[in-house]
Amino acid sequence: MVESWWVSTLARGLAFSAPLLLAALGELVAERSGVINLGVEGMMILGALSGFAVADASGNPWLGVMAAAGVGTLAALLHAFFSITLRANTYVSGLALTMVGLGLSGLLGKPFAGRPLAHPLPKLDIPGLSSIPWLGPGLFQGQNALLYLALLAAFLLWYFLYRTRGGITLRSVGENPAAADALGVNVYLVRYLATAFGGAMAGVAGAYLSVAYRPSWTEGMTAGMGWIALAIVIFAAWDPLRAVAAAFLFGAFYHLAYRFQAHLPPEFLKMTPYLFTVLFLVLGALGKSVRLGAPEALGRPYVRGER
Amino acid sequence: MRLVPREQPGPAFVLAVSALAVLLAFAASLVLLALYGASPVEALRVVYQGVLADPRGFAEVLRRAVPLTLAGAGLALAFRAQFWNIGAEGQLLLGAVAASGVALFGPGEGITKLFLMGLAAFVAGGLWAALPAYLKGRLSVNDVITTLMLNYVAIYLVEWLIHGPWKGRSVFGFAYTDRFPASAWLPTWPGTALAWPGVLLAVAFAVFFAWLLFATRLGFEIRVVGENPEAARYAGIRALSTLFWVALLSGGVAGLAGFVEVAGTHHRLLAPLQISLGYGYTAIIVAWLGRNHPLTTLLTGLLIGFVFAAGDVAKVALATPFQLVQVVNGLILFFLIAAEVPIRYRIVWGSDRG
Repeated sequence: MVESWWVSTLARGLAFSAPLLLAALGELVAERSGVINLGVEGMMILGALSGFAVADASGNPWLGVMAAAGVGTLAALLHAFFSITLRANTYVSGLALTMVGLGLSGLLGKPFAGRPLAHPLPKLDIPGLSSIPWLGPGLFQGQNALLYLALLAAFLLWYFLYRTRGGITLRSVGENPAAADALGVNVYLVRYLATAFGGAMAGVAGAYLSVAYRPSWTEGMTAGMGWIALAIVIFAAWDPLRAVAAAFLFGAFYHLAYRFQAHLPPEFLKMTPYLFTVLFLVLGALGKSVRLGAPEALGRPYVRGER
Repeated sequence: MRLVPREQPGPAFVLAVSALAVLLAFAASLVLLALYGASPVEALRVVYQGVLADPRGFAEVLRRAVPLTLAGAGLALAFRAQFWNIGAEGQLLLGAVAASGVALFGPGEGITKLFLMGLAAFVAGGLWAALPAYLKGRLSVNDVITTLMLNYVAIYLVEWLIHGPWKGRSVFGFAYTDRFPASAWLPTWPGTALAWPGVLLAVAFAVFFAWLLFATRLGFEIRVVGENPEAARYAGIRALSTLFWVALLSGGVAGLAGFVEVAGTHHRLLAPLQISLGYGYTAIIVAWLGRNHPLTTLLTGLLIGFVFAAGDVAKVALATPFQLVQVVNGLILFFLIAAEVPIRYRIVWGSDRG
């Protein structure tokens, strides 16, 4: 009884947290380089639409995922151009990206609405591992390959950020771009690459929704998940492994709320992810981890010769 | 290529560059329309005939401009104080909820009733914004995310009310409240759907906010807190209380916009997407296009109101989906932030190390 309860919480919590984790990891890298991108929601929804469209046309869900990554990257490069090169207001540029993304996907997505995807990403069963008691059935049975990719990405990113030269370079650009510049680092290039990575991950997160989680296209199907991913980055204090924990906590909480649906009006249930997000941010702020983790130059455009 | 900061750009120059940006955004939208399969020439023609050459079309522009200007003027104030209020949409909905509550269950008759509805809407919208402002001021909780999250909470609050406790007894299968009593309706201009008191409210608050911002102590504090938080602290300005007032005012007018929508157009509380066509989000563009000056939001509110009205006639005549309006508005914002570059910098071609 307890075990089956735990297994379903683990399984559903993980499934729900995968897109949040993917998008959060991408944004985390961008923010570590000093670029805030409030366009996550817009890049995600563009990724969801292009992922679905390509998977639908080609019959190959993986092509859809790749197309989503490509479209997310292009969208992110637009933000990079505005906020890094033109030094426009980062917040407004990101918001514009979200607005255009939501509008454009609604406009172009009309013909795809309400159509199930014939070949979604397959669910995986990993033999052997899935028979581990308590952990196995939730973690290794019927989950999507993209979930494992997200978890793997988190560990690789952690290693990259803290154990490699490239990671030090990335972090130094986010902490003190002038010093990094003086050491010969191309600040603009690093920021462009980090922002582009964020876009690719947001695109894949969107594709997870439309090609794997609910293999179909619905207008506005990201439903604020991009914003929740932004909150997870803050709550996780810009650390990839903590992002795994934060995203899972979020997914598990959501699943638990779902279990109480018989006792609650459905509208309250739908409200919970957003209330959790506010609550998480407040808890994170009370725990003071937030101000310790934020990159020093976050959100500040870099101009050579200016302090 | 490098950018050299410009001395104070003149207002005429700023206006010219902004106008050019808007025109370019319109041109880009026409290209998009052509790609979508509709004729741009035909689009220009129906928009000219249906909006510009038709007095009722202008009334439609005004009807859209009212909530946009009300919320936009409030956001201008908020952005000046670096309070990143992305939650005008939710504040508008809360205002609609409060006004509907008073209309359906509250006291008052005639003008008193309308006044109470407006007041309730202002307070509800203001408090909905005050919570994230408090969290920002007290705990440095990111205001972009909290204000945005509360939009969704407001949406589902409205959904719950119209499906549950406030569902009308006389509407059977539909999810909305009973119709307001006639005393809770704002009067409309004869022959149009325009609730004209909304226009008065929008003008009054835009003027009031401009006065507040540039002629009062609080306005001074708002500007200092936004431009130079360090200096504000040395000057003994209590950032938290300034932030609180900014939130109350900017959320309050967004709430008032919700009041105008339900009391002026719908006469009942109904689905969130029908109350607001994303006015709260679009108001961000109104404020930004108006360079966060409350008075200019009167003009920019009209401009974006025109985009909405044009989208309506195009929807009927060319069968273009509503999302087109969203895309056009987003493009305006993009071109606008690109226009910041020629406004703030001179572009010099040549080496980086001059």
